[in-house]
Amino acid sequence: MTIHQKMDAPDRRNRLDDMAQGVLSTPLDRPEGPLKVSGRAPYAHEVQPEGMLHGFFVRAPRIGRLVSIDDSIARGTAGVETVISGPKLIRNPAQGTANSAPVQPDADIYYIGQPVALVVADTFETARAAAMNVRLDIAEADRQPVNPTDYDSPEDQQSTQGDLDGAMAEAAFTVDRTYTTPAHNSAAMEPHAAIAQWDGDKLTVRSSLQMLKYNRNEIADSLGIDPANVRLLSPYVGGGFGSKLGIAPDAVGAALAAKETGRPVGVVLSRQQVFEATMRRSETKQRIRLAADADGVLSGIGHDAWVSNLPDEAFSEPVTQATPFTYGGVHRQIGHHIARVSRTCAGSVRAPGEAVGITIFEIAMDELARATGVDPVELRRRNIPEQDPTSDIPFSSHKLAEALDDGARTFGWDDTLPEPGGRREGEWLIGQGMASAVRVNALMESKARVTLQPDGTALVETDMTDIGTGTYAILTQLAAEMLGIDAANVKTMLGDTDLPPASGSGGSWGAASSGASVFLACQGVRQKIAAALETTEEDLTLKDGRAIAGNRSIPLSEVLDGPVESEGHIEPGDTGDAVRQATWGAYFCEVAVNAVTGETRVRRMHGTFAAGRIMNPKTARSQCLGGMTFGIGMALTEELMHDSRDGHIVNRDLAEYHLPVNLDVPQITVNLLEERDPWANPMQVKGIGELGICGAAAAVVNGIFQATGVRVRDLPATLDKVLAGLD
Amino acid sequence: MKPFDYARAQDVSGALDAGKIIAGGTNLLDLMKLGVETPERVVDITRLDLKRIEDHEGGLRIGALVSNSDLAVDDRVRRNYEVLSRALLSGASGQLRNMATTGGNLLQRTRCYYFQDVASPCNKREPGSGCRAKGGATRLHAILGASEHCIATHPSDMAVAMQALDASVEIEGAEGTRTVPLAEFYVLPGDRPDIETVLKPGELITAVILPAPLPGRQTYRKVRDRASYAFALVSVAGIVSVKDGVIEQAALAFGGVAPRPWRNLEVETALAGREPTRETFDAAADILLAGAEGQGGNDFKIPLLRRTFRAVLGELTQGA
Amino acid sequence: MKTTLTINGASYELEADSRTSLLDALRNHLGLTGSKKGCDHGQCGSCTVIADGRRINSCLTLACMMDGVEITTIEGLGEPGALSPLQDAFVRHDGYQCGYCTPGQICAATAMLDEIKAGWPSVVTDDLTASPELSEAEISERMSGNLCRCAAYPNIVDAISEVAGVNGWKEAAE
Repeated sequence: MTIHQKMDAPDRRNRLDDMAQGVLSTPLDRPEGPLKVSGRAPYAHEVQPEGMLHGFFVRAPRIGRLVSIDDSIARGTAGVETVISGPKLIRNPAQGTANSAPVQPDADIYYIGQPVALVVADTFETARAAAMNVRLDIAEADRQPVNPTDYDSPEDQQSTQGDLDGAMAEAAFTVDRTYTTPAHNSAAMEPHAAIAQWDGDKLTVRSSLQMLKYNRNEIADSLGIDPANVRLLSPYVGGGFGSKLGIAPDAVGAALAAKETGRPVGVVLSRQQVFEATMRRSETKQRIRLAADADGVLSGIGHDAWVSNLPDEAFSEPVTQATPFTYGGVHRQIGHHIARVSRTCAGSVRAPGEAVGITIFEIAMDELARATGVDPVELRRRNIPEQDPTSDIPFSSHKLAEALDDGARTFGWDDTLPEPGGRREGEWLIGQGMASAVRVNALMESKARVTLQPDGTALVETDMTDIGTGTYAILTQLAAEMLGIDAANVKTMLGDTDLPPASGSGGSWGAASSGASVFLACQGVRQKIAAALETTEEDLTLKDGRAIAGNRSIPLSEVLDGPVESEGHIEPGDTGDAVRQATWGAYFCEVAVNAVTGETRVRRMHGTFAAGRIMNPKTARSQCLGGMTFGIGMALTEELMHDSRDGHIVNRDLAEYHLPVNLDVPQITVNLLEERDPWANPMQVKGIGELGICGAAAAVVNGIFQATGVRVRDLPATLDKVLAGLD
Repeated sequence: MKPFDYARAQDVSGALDAGKIIAGGTNLLDLMKLGVETPERVVDITRLDLKRIEDHEGGLRIGALVSNSDLAVDDRVRRNYEVLSRALLSGASGQLRNMATTGGNLLQRTRCYYFQDVASPCNKREPGSGCRAKGGATRLHAILGASEHCIATHPSDMAVAMQALDASVEIEGAEGTRTVPLAEFYVLPGDRPDIETVLKPGELITAVILPAPLPGRQTYRKVRDRASYAFALVSVAGIVSVKDGVIEQAALAFGGVAPRPWRNLEVETALAGREPTRETFDAAADILLAGAEGQGGNDFKIPLLRRTFRAVLGELTQGA
Repeated sequence: MKTTLTINGASYELEADSRTSLLDALRNHLGLTGSKKGCDHGQCGSCTVIADGRRINSCLTLACMMDGVEITTIEGLGEPGALSPLQDAFVRHDGYQCGYCTPGQICAATAMLDEIKAGWPSVVTDDLTASPELSEAEISERMSGNLCRCAAYPNIVDAISEVAGVNGWKEAAE
């Protein structure tokens, strides 16, 4: 049986609150934890079949058209089996949920670093060395410029309400500033990797992927085969952050090489190739206009964003995604502008849109606070709209005010709007900064199967992934809660396309979507037990391996004479449009800026977040820590540097692309607000994987202003930019 | 990485003129993987008896294979050569310091993005091919001592402290042992940026000699893009003594700003005998920065070096 | 070429190209995939193993140079059901998310605590001639050679602090 629910109406039953086991919403340790900490959780390149060959990509050092490949030295090298090139290699990874092959450019080279050939050899060392001996003859060809210059403004991505120019002219206070953010890289610690193996027409690929349901179609389309013949395995994914949403060159290359050689082939992208040949977050230029009355209440908002991507990519960084509903103001203008460039593909990096859009907006709001003299927290409170001011639909829930209050209280926010530069400890100038957090919430179609055995053990199966998000933990807890059994008695199987297709991990929708499918499957199991006991699912209590109905309490082993199985199937519906669904929060931090060198240290940082029901406060908190740390990186250190002469990424390694290190990050604190959002899904759960980054960097940059009086408008706030404004 | 023959040296003479020397490997293997270094033959010297730190004429003789960790935590170094200990501890990571050696660290190659990218022309990697860094990304690059052929910086922290400490390098060669002051060990790029030191082919660094410690206070200040685990944008190694309210002696060296650990004795002369005031520091900084030239992306290093220099002098002379 | 490696107390005969890094020997030749390749250039710390008691980056080490050296990898520190105190603390404190940098973090932390015990200072130690204090800042600096993009840093510091007994860690947390 399958229990299906389409979210066409809010689900106010709050069924999970009726459950009795008491394991959901507790800080359960990750069930896969012991495997991870002992090095026994197998990632993509770690189940190497006997006889596996190693592939290493050859990169294009120039843009143009590939006239010929001289691979004679490589092919003549002992141990080299073949060199793969040609029309099936993909230019770049598929975009999230693409569901079809990415551009297959054959001989056209669109950006420096594009993988153009794959050398396959018996050892990794041989393949890598031989790849360096492949000579490419590249001719000039008509290509996009390497720097974003000519922007298109697609009509459907511009919107105007009221009269922003008029509002700006009449406002007591205005802000009209232009800001920039550089390109970023997800930099998941596990590089993109795949091992492909054919058995006749059947292809099995073990890879590091976020969304298997889509990835199966993407690789099948890339290879020109039936998706039914493809099995993908991603039980452990060493981080994704958007970079593994779509099938990537490693998987396609490995599959082609395995086909040609008749042997399993493993391909791991080098770290440099991860930087060049997967995804970057587009750089952005953003103009923010704010019109406010004497009390700081907004009458108008303008937000224009300029981004870039390769030609023929549907994705462009949705910078202004949350601008239409975050704050009030009747006069609005939003613009989105895209340049086509010859640079590494732009795609999703943690919280595409809000990560940079809300961050910049929240810096502008800090400028407005300074202009009006209103405390930044109070300024935001004053601008919380009653309902979505653009679409005139209600919010499903709105927790910004509560998050601001809780966060300010927890942090110990000084609401006197201290003068910049007023607090000094030795060489260090101290300041506080804050920002709001906003992220759209979404539900995606997802399926799962749950089987309960008479011995009180259960199996949860779905092709959902756990990319560090805590999927194993929360699905285990959910099934244990609904089936009334100990979490240790639930086994959760993920990351295998042989299992029911899930939403995949991305867009913060994984927990809500795959969770809802498990919820529904458990509901199906509960219905069967209820039927066996001649009661209803609503009147059934399952706890500690016993079924309780009326005044009867019977062990599961006596109720069930065999395994009970059910599938669950959730689909998004009208609740997606009937209301505005979002998650909310607020960040607070204390920074110290060195008055001599301009170096910034984040001393304290706190976030309060609301994302519906929290399924596991331990893993949810970790997601927030991660997001906020991404924010510290965005604020202070992270910048992909493109050489302006040829567009190539100059700092394509982890020595010079500066992720925050341990010492850059203070002991961040996180509060999670209690919330149920009935519009979201039957569990009242919302996404939390990205909320932590959506504005975090602004808190740091605003703190730098408070500390020094220096307003950095071009991120990251590296010491040179701060230094320029110091005495 | 190109295939190579691997051999292990049994004694110092066996390592001379035998091939590319590998010790800690942290820099060489990095560059071999990138194709920047392509030795035919690699000679492992890790089993040689060059791992001792010995008292030597009032100072120390540090074997070339002493790891960065062992040197940093040596009691004598912590007590008498704080600038060196701090420089070492500010470099790389705990893991890398455990592998990296004293000799290897002196010979570390530049972090210039274009030097590391074999698809880019680079006069240091391929003499005469051109310098792609000029006009490119130059955040890491030199403001002092560069040439039109090369604007790369030397990445070592340790060598900067040793420069301030007047260290010498003991070199073993076919013709015997010679000792070269660190001040003469590195050469500026000029038109041959591929030549970085006076080390001749086939020679081996066997030790670094530190003279008796100078009087005064010592510190190493490193300014970088992260709180830890990043190369210096600017660093200052300083040893300064103050007597009767005037600077008696100052030894200063600078990292992150030049193709070699940078020292300018005129700066030290300008400080000696002067009161430790901002005017004194600025006058010395003017000498240090005379001729400093930015490349655009590293222009900030000029004010940053001045400010860091002043702060270090302030710290070392305050209350003294 | 042939090299005899001693890993987690067992002897392994490696027959591999001289170019093979210790990390690739572990992962591709010996089936010990607990040590991770994150960057292959000593820039992330995921490959950290312990060699004769000291933490090193196995990616920047040639396997053929390691004969006679006692190598400990994450597999040698503990296993499910018999985790080391640090491994156990990482689980309880959620000192990881995706888990890919985790073996490196734990190997680094294991050896790092020995460095503190041996009195090694760090760059954040005020007085180099004194024994370093156990503090969050000391742990944080000393763990900065291990990147974690999921950013479990605060939890990693908590996990290590608990095992090291920093400032009566447990009481402070209550």
